[in-house]
Amino acid sequence: MKKALILSTALTAVAFSAAAEQITVMSWGGAYTTSQVEAFHKPFTAETGIGVVSVDADNPATPLKAMVEANNVSVDVVDVNTSDAVRLCDEGQLEEIDPAMLPPAPDGTPATEDFLPGALSECAVGNIVYSMIVAYDESKFPDEKPQTIADFFDTSKFPGKRAMWKSAKTTLEMALMGDGVPAAEVYDVLDTQEGVERAFAKLASIKGDLIWWEAGAQPVQLLADGEVAMTTAYNGRIFAAAVSENKPFVPIWDGQVYEYDLFVIPKGAPNLEAAKKFVAFATGTQPLADQAKWISYGPARKSSAPLVGLYQDGQTEMAPHMPTAEANLTNALPSSYEFWVDHDTELEERFNAWLAN
Amino acid sequence: MALPVYASPLERIWYYAYRVICALIFLFLIAPILIIIPLSFNVEPYFTFTEKMLALDPDGYSLRWYDTLLTFGMANPEAPRTSSWWMDVWNNAAWVRAAKNSVIIGVSSTIVATVLGTIAALGLSRPEMPFRRAIMAILISPMIVPIIITATGLFFFYSATGLAGSYVGVVLAHATLGIPFVIITVTATLIGFDKSLTRAAASLGASPTTTFFKVTMPLILPGVVSGALFAFVTSFDEVVVVLFVAAHDQQTIPRQMWNGIREQISPAILSVATILVIISVALLATVELLRRRSERLRGISN
Amino acid sequence: MADATTDLAAPTPGRLTTADGRPLKAALGRAQSRARRRAFLLVLPLLLFIVITFIVPIGQMLHRSIHNDGFSRNMPQLSQWFADTEPGTEPDEVAYAALAADLKGAAEAKTIGIVGTRVNYEMPGTRSLFTSTGRKARGFEPPYREAVLEADPKWGNPSLWGTMRQVSRAYSPNFFLASVDLARDNEGNIVRAPQERRVYVMLFQRTFLIAGLITVLCLLLGFPIAHLLATLPLRTSNLLMILVLLPFWTSLLVRTTSWIVLLQGQGVVNNSLVATGLISDANRIQMIYNQTGTIIAMTHILLPFMILPLYSVMRPIPPSYVRAARSLGASSWTAFRRIYLPQTLPGIGAGALLVFILGVGYYITPALVGGASGQLISNLIAFHMQDSLNWSLAAALAAVLLAAVLILYWLYDRLVGIDNLKLG
Repeated sequence: MKKALILSTALTAVAFSAAAEQITVMSWGGAYTTSQVEAFHKPFTAETGIGVVSVDADNPATPLKAMVEANNVSVDVVDVNTSDAVRLCDEGQLEEIDPAMLPPAPDGTPATEDFLPGALSECAVGNIVYSMIVAYDESKFPDEKPQTIADFFDTSKFPGKRAMWKSAKTTLEMALMGDGVPAAEVYDVLDTQEGVERAFAKLASIKGDLIWWEAGAQPVQLLADGEVAMTTAYNGRIFAAAVSENKPFVPIWDGQVYEYDLFVIPKGAPNLEAAKKFVAFATGTQPLADQAKWISYGPARKSSAPLVGLYQDGQTEMAPHMPTAEANLTNALPSSYEFWVDHDTELEERFNAWLAN
Repeated sequence: MALPVYASPLERIWYYAYRVICALIFLFLIAPILIIIPLSFNVEPYFTFTEKMLALDPDGYSLRWYDTLLTFGMANPEAPRTSSWWMDVWNNAAWVRAAKNSVIIGVSSTIVATVLGTIAALGLSRPEMPFRRAIMAILISPMIVPIIITATGLFFFYSATGLAGSYVGVVLAHATLGIPFVIITVTATLIGFDKSLTRAAASLGASPTTTFFKVTMPLILPGVVSGALFAFVTSFDEVVVVLFVAAHDQQTIPRQMWNGIREQISPAILSVATILVIISVALLATVELLRRRSERLRGISN
Repeated sequence: MADATTDLAAPTPGRLTTADGRPLKAALGRAQSRARRRAFLLVLPLLLFIVITFIVPIGQMLHRSIHNDGFSRNMPQLSQWFADTEPGTEPDEVAYAALAADLKGAAEAKTIGIVGTRVNYEMPGTRSLFTSTGRKARGFEPPYREAVLEADPKWGNPSLWGTMRQVSRAYSPNFFLASVDLARDNEGNIVRAPQERRVYVMLFQRTFLIAGLITVLCLLLGFPIAHLLATLPLRTSNLLMILVLLPFWTSLLVRTTSWIVLLQGQGVVNNSLVATGLISDANRIQMIYNQTGTIIAMTHILLPFMILPLYSVMRPIPPSYVRAARSLGASSWTAFRRIYLPQTLPGIGAGALLVFILGVGYYITPALVGGASGQLISNLIAFHMQDSLNWSLAAALAAVLLAAVLILYWLYDRLVGIDNLKLG
């Protein structure tokens, strides 16, 4: 057994050393990592000869912070969400990324203008836009279909259980939008004491019908089992269930809360130059558009949007399923990392106290 | 413990009621395990018994999750399934590599934890042991500190000592987590242990080592075995320390299971569980058969 | 045993001698200290191992709960001003000059986020104040007071200065206070956290309560099983043992998922009940996403940790003792209570200890099946480690948890302690 393992590691080592150089990319795992391997890693290795090793973590920011603080960084590129990117950057734990090294759009628009607002920062380059949306089981509502985020909170008009993420983040914003606050004003309202009260009051109005989910895998399972009629969920999972698995699940884009995932390079990355090359390559127009073939998260570059093609099944047009599609953005909220970095401990404590009572 | 002839009617009722209660508890223990076996053949990526499955329609069942176990992570999964394909599985398939790592790390850390833990328990159970309470508290603390704190703390320590990203690091970390289990179970067995037996052995001229292996060890063996089982399972189902301390090519089965839970819990975990159930039933049955055989050979009947 | 021998030697000190003529008391003393040394030497390798590979690293981690130099190290001039002045001093031009210089320095060194985060822990909403003012700090000209206040009037807030004074020292009790729902006000008095944010004490209580309840349930379910296994002939009990061991190997995630499949509204149990007509379709029982679900799933997961220690203690108990009691006229209940049960106490003790401590630490299962009440203290520790990245608060919570469990362990050892058990 042991011998076989040594042999096999030796074999893989040989396989990798064929590529002169190699970098390690840390991401979130599952279908998401698969989409990155297909759209970024493989073409990158084909073009540059630099091998890419993929590592997964529950939230890559935690091991990243530990590695940098311990001066023992073993990964080169890390995929993190916006608030972690900002926080880690402000704390000096990330390498700066000069936007000038990023390739321009095919029509020559510089990268700084090609990326969606907020997708580029000092130390981070956005790759996808993912979104928390409401989704419902069509078979549960044979007559009138829910249309808006307000319908999610209206259990008399649309009876049935609901499920939401057990976290203050996105839940409070959706409660306010469900209460009629326009997306553009949500964070102004939530920054006041009355706004927080209002959000909790809205949640309280359906508390008896709510199931709280913890892992992103749960809401789709809850819908599939008929445990709930409507749930909040990551849009990518709802899409996969509806298209690949033919489930009657329908997304409601009204009141979606979207956020970026970004590539960052930890301070002290062992292969800094190759890491920069990888980030520049992966966030180019074409690779970002290609990623949509594997998962329904929107590219962070404007120029990628028209290039988004068919899903891997070869027949589903991906563009309308992107959180960033024009039609889906009419009442959409970009998650504010500034707000959450300031308030996460406070509101999370309050949320947990509220849940318990 | 057959029913004695002198049992009163009440005792007779209790005798049968007791067996029914035990059967129900066994059902409680095993039902969640039985339920996963059919579900691991589900054609859909959900943990639900579909209509087709309930109707025993073959279309509702498939081996796709078992196939995933082999093909996921392979260099060339589409190739014809010849010996080189299986070689590829053995070397590259993510789940197969995880299984190899789990076994290596689990067995090594169990050996370290059991040996160190049993020796220490022998000392701890002696009445003349100084500072027993304080030392005991130190030794069981790895069980109490939340695992995420332990993992981060160990990562800092291992980074400073160069153990991070090595098998030795993971094995030592898992051994540390397993030790409290060995200590607690072995000490519990040693309390009921009759000390006059060791004195008798000594007075008959046995050296302390002989006494230990011939007298003490056979009697405390159930405790040592359950301690070792606990230690093994602790390592076999541990995620967080592996995430922090292990290198990327040292991923274990649970690490592979928790992967990507933000997106989806893959039903492949049910196939893994089913395979493990089959392997452990086979192992335990073999052990039991061997035991019966040696009993027969030694002419003991039970 | 040790006491008995000293008692023997005590009445006639100096009289009794060993065969080679040494005083018996000295010889015994020597023998005893040798026995102590020998016992200690057996424990020593493990003790060293645990101290080096566990206590030291964890100690360093827990040290973060009282030590956070995020502010003091990166804002040296302002920290010095706080050290030089009395609490409550109005910030003067010197203070603002120090603030401006430090903000500029921290912004250039890219440590401004660390400073803001540190202050934000104590006073929510201030982190962005630091990062945004830091970006403007390059252009500050004297008088600094006006310059800073012009950049953002929030700098004039006296409670911000009170908070900064508190965090200007690397060592502070604030994280421990926060972990038990307390805080320090501007004057440094300890006050309770606002009503709607008090959560940790409640979570500690809930965690211990659930763990205690599960321990009792595991004992009630585990004892009959262990007794059955211990008294059946080996060939039967070894086969039944497979039923205990199988769930035990199976991954936590798999078993938790499996309980969801069984217990949910449209799950196996409810469906069977509806199919057999025991309940109507409209009255499906809510068994999951609430406390019931947590307790069922956790009891199942922890039950083997009760059964195995009980079994290993029960197996060597000779059945003749109970038979002897019966033959001397004890009823079966009395024989069980007075003869059998006392001999199983070490097993009960070990099993209860394992189940309780593990129950306190498990949080993934309650989080997945526990619904609104599924949040336990370890969830929040994980949240602060992984999401808010507030490692100091996580360390403080962990330290409180560790201390509480160790105190309980000490009490437990005192009350049903393994030292005090009288066997036979």
